[in-house]
Amino acid sequence: MSILTFTLILILGAYLAGLVGSLTGLGGGVVVIPLLTLVFHVDIRYAIGAALLASIANSSGAASAYIKEGITNIRLGMFLEIATTVGAVIGALIAIYTPTNTIAILFGAVLLFSAAMTLRKKNQEALTEGSKLSAILKLNSSYPTPTGTVDYKLKNVGAGFSIMTIAGVMSGLLGIGSGALKVLAMDTAMKIPFKVSTTTSNFMIGVTAAASAVVYLQRGYMDPGIAFPVVLGVLGGAFTGAKLLTKINPSTLRIIFCIAITFVALEMIYNGYHHKF
Amino acid sequence: MKNIISTHLIQDRDVEKIVGKLLRFGVITASLVVLLGGILFLVQNGTQVRPDYHVFKGEENDFITFKGIFMGLFTFKPMAIIQFGVLLLIITPIMRIVFSLFAFVLEKDKMYVIITLIVLAIILGSTFGGLKV
Repeated sequence: MSILTFTLILILGAYLAGLVGSLTGLGGGVVVIPLLTLVFHVDIRYAIGAALLASIANSSGAASAYIKEGITNIRLGMFLEIATTVGAVIGALIAIYTPTNTIAILFGAVLLFSAAMTLRKKNQEALTEGSKLSAILKLNSSYPTPTGTVDYKLKNVGAGFSIMTIAGVMSGLLGIGSGALKVLAMDTAMKIPFKVSTTTSNFMIGVTAAASAVVYLQRGYMDPGIAFPVVLGVLGGAFTGAKLLTKINPSTLRIIFCIAITFVALEMIYNGYHHKF
Repeated sequence: MKNIISTHLIQDRDVEKIVGKLLRFGVITASLVVLLGGILFLVQNGTQVRPDYHVFKGEENDFITFKGIFMGLFTFKPMAIIQFGVLLLIITPIMRIVFSLFAFVLEKDKMYVIITLIVLAIILGSTFGGLKV
C-alpha cells in the first residue's frame, strides 16, 4: 500500500470516527484506536498517540460550540480538571510499565463500559438542595433550556472528584477522553443534569488529554504520517456530526453503535488476551 | 445586591464567548498547519510504500522534541510542519486555561485563581518536567 492510499483511506475512516464519535457523544478517540489497530494493524502505541490528538481536536471543536450556548459549567470543569490532569499524568507514567496487551484488554473493558453508559437512563432532574462543599466551591449554577433558565445544585463532590481521577488515569493510559467515566462522576455521583454534565465533560477532555500529550509526543507515540490524516478526518467528522445533531435524533444510531462497539470491545479483549498486540 | 450579581453574570458570559472563540481559532490554525504539512508530505513521499507501523519505533522517530520540530520547521520539512501543527493543537486547551486564569483574576475570584494555577502547574510540569522516562 502506498502512503497516498493509506492516507486517503485513513482520512475517510477518521472522518467516520469523528462523525460517530460526536453523534454518540463518545468522542473520536474511542473509534480511532480499534480502527488503527484492528483494521490497519498499526501498533497500539501509535494508535494511542493518534487517539489523544483526536480527543483534543474533538473536544476543542465541540466545546467552542457548546460554550456559546452557556450550558458548560466552567468553574466545575476547572475544579475537576485538578483531578483529571493529576490522573492523566499518573496514567502516562503507568503506561511505560504496562504491556500493550494489557492496555488493549483495558481499552476493551472501558469500551464496554462506555457502551453501557450511553444506553443508561439520563439524569434530567436539577437538585434544589446542594451539599455544603458545592456551595463553598461555587459549583452550583444554572443553564438555559427552551422553557427558561434552570438552577441546579450538586452534591457528593468528593466522590465525583475521585471518579474524575480514575477517568484521568484512563485518559492518560489509553489516550481516550473517557467521557463515559466523566459523565458517571457528574451525572450519577454529583447529580448534575445530563446536558450540563455532557458539555462540561467534553470541555474537560481537551485539557485532560493535553496534560499527557507532550509526554507521549516525546516518547514517539505521535507519528506525523498517522497524525495528519487522523486529525483532519476526525475534525471534519466532528464538524459534520455537530451540524447533523440539530437535525436528527441519534437515539437509534446510539443503539446500533453500542452493539457495534460491544463487538469491537470483545475483539480487542480477545486479541489482547491472545497477545496479538 | 441584584446589580452585583447581574454584572458578574455578564462578565462570565463574555469570558465564555472569548474562550469559545479561542478554542475554535486554535483548532482551525492547527488543522491548517497540519493540512499544509500533510500536502507537502504527500507530494514528496506519496508514492512510497507505507511505513511498517506495526513496529513501534518510539524514540527513534524524528521530530519528537521541541528542538527537533523547530529545527525541521525552519528547513521546511513536511513531517516537522505536521508535528508543529500537532503542537499547536495540544497548546490550544492549555491556552484556554491561561485565559481562564486572567478571567478569574479580573473577577477577583481568588479561590478559582488558585485552582486554575494548580491545573496549569500540573500540565506545564508534565510538559516540561522531564517526565520523558
